[in-house]
Formats: sequence, C-alpha cells, structure tokens
Amino acid sequence: MTRPRPRVAIVTFPGSTDDRDTYLAVELLGGEAVTVWHADRCLPDVNAVVLPGGFSYGDYLRCGAIARFSPAMRAVEEFADTGGLVLGICNGFQILCEAGLLPGVLRPNASLAFVCREVAVRVERADTPFTTRAEAGQRLLLPVKHGHGAWHAGEGLLARLDRNGQIVLRYGAGENPNGSVGDVAAVANERANVVGLMPHPEHAVDPLLGSPDGATILGSLLDAARDRLPAIV
Amino acid sequence: MRATVLVRPKQGILDPQGAAVEASLRQLGFAVGGVRVGRIVDLEVPLVDGELEQARAEVRRMCERLLANPLIESYEIDLHPGG
Repeated sequence: MTRPRPRVAIVTFPGSTDDRDTYLAVELLGGEAVTVWHADRCLPDVNAVVLPGGFSYGDYLRCGAIARFSPAMRAVEEFADTGGLVLGICNGFQILCEAGLLPGVLRPNASLAFVCREVAVRVERADTPFTTRAEAGQRLLLPVKHGHGAWHAGEGLLARLDRNGQIVLRYGAGENPNGSVGDVAAVANERANVVGLMPHPEHAVDPLLGSPDGATILGSLLDAARDRLPAIV
Repeated sequence: MRATVLVRPKQGILDPQGAAVEASLRQLGFAVGGVRVGRIVDLEVPLVDGELEQARAEVRRMCERLLANPLIESYEIDLHPGG
C-alpha cells in the first residue's frame, strides 16, 4: 500500500524567489506541491500551505506589508482560521506577522548587513505539527539569507509567548545572525497550526546541499498534513 | 488635498539605520546624537465640504491598516488644505 501524498499549496507572490525550491523539496519528501498565484482568490483542495521566501512586492514599505493584502492571503487567512496548517519561511514569516496571523514583526538586521550563511538552531518545541520529527533540544543546521530577519516583540509579549510555548526555534548561543529578541528563530500562533521561521528548511533537504536538517521541519509538516487526509477505506 | 504622513521608529525600539547614519555623521565631524530614520509618505486625499477632521480620520485609517506597523512605529499626520 502506498502512503497517500499530502497536497501542499505554495503561494507565489511577485518577487518570491524560493517557491521553486519549496516545490522541489515538498515533492522530494513525498508531498504533492500545488502552485498558487498571489491573485488567486481561493486555495485549491490542499492539506497545508507554505508561503515561501523572497522579496514580495519588492519589500516596499515594510517586508510583507503589501503581500498580506493580496487575494491569495485572504484565502490563506481563512484556511488558517479553520485550523489549516500554514508555514511561512523568511518572507513568508514576514507576511504572516504583518497579517497578524503570527505575533511580533520582522525588523532590519541589527548589523544592517544582509546575512547569508548556515546557522545552528535549537528546537524548543517538538510537539508542533512542524517539528514532530525533531526532539526538544535538538540542534538543526539551516541556512539563513535575509536583511530583515530580526524578529521583534515587546518584553511582555515575548514573556507571554515563552509561557505559552509559542517559541518553536531559537538560534544557538552566539549564533543569532540578526539580533532577534530572545534569539527567536521561529514562532507559532496559539493553536500552533501557523508557524513562521527565518531559516530556510527548503534549501537543506539533502546532504549535497550542506545539510539535510530542513527535511526535519518539512517532513514533520508533511506528516501532519498526511494525518489530515481523509482515511482511505 | 495634500497630506503628509511621517512614520518613525517608536521610542525604545533599536533603529540600526539611525545608528549607522549617526556614526557616519560623527565620522564627518558633526557633533550629533539621537539620530533616528523614519519615512515620509506624501499623498492626496479628497476634502469633502471642507471636513478636515473627516479627511484626517481617513488618513489615520490608512496608517493603522498599512502605512505604519503599530508594534514598532508611530506616525504623525499633517494636512495641507491650502496647498
């Protein structure tokens, strides 16, 4: 018996750059990738949505600020409201924060320099639909490449998110590439069906790419998406 | 009617751009401190029956929805009914 392939929508905005890699990674890991254009008003029948990295709408005004009002994002918001799985990578994370689907906001790197390198992150929560293939405390090696990756939240908000277990990944000690508060690399919403992260799991799904650790994140997402498929009898 | 929106990084929020500009100004020999970099949005809005407050409320809605992120930015609105 073959395992059913979960269907994953990948939304392309004008200026997205990592939609193709995300597509290939999802297919490589056994999912069925479905492309969605930013102007599409509804999502196809899918079990998860990924917002890929890039520079949607040229990063004008603030990163993600304009993309969040695109027709496809309205559909993504409805999908998330009903408990649908949504992962935002880099620019996708920025869009989710601007849309209010995730807490906080991404600001320019403290160094003002674009960073492009591998970083080690620590898995803080292994019980979200995006991290079940990892263990709490596990170290993952993932690439980052961004100029606006400093996640920011006020002290009160950060403490509340920490208490609620909404901090999913943290940069390892001395590894924070952007100056994010609390070394935060990934956050979840309260229901943990929406997660955003700055590192790029889709660029690290094979040892040939430097690290296979991204498959831990995307594979977890596919497992969770597969669980949402109707049972075949 | 012309309107100007001034968006600033909120007080207490680290502004790396301002810090870089400040360092550069100091390098040029200027005695300067507290540099913050924001952005200006100039726009044209309809002025109906001279209702300035109505126009201001409309621009405020633009700021809340799109032009500023209230988590990190504050904004000021200037209306120019004569110009």
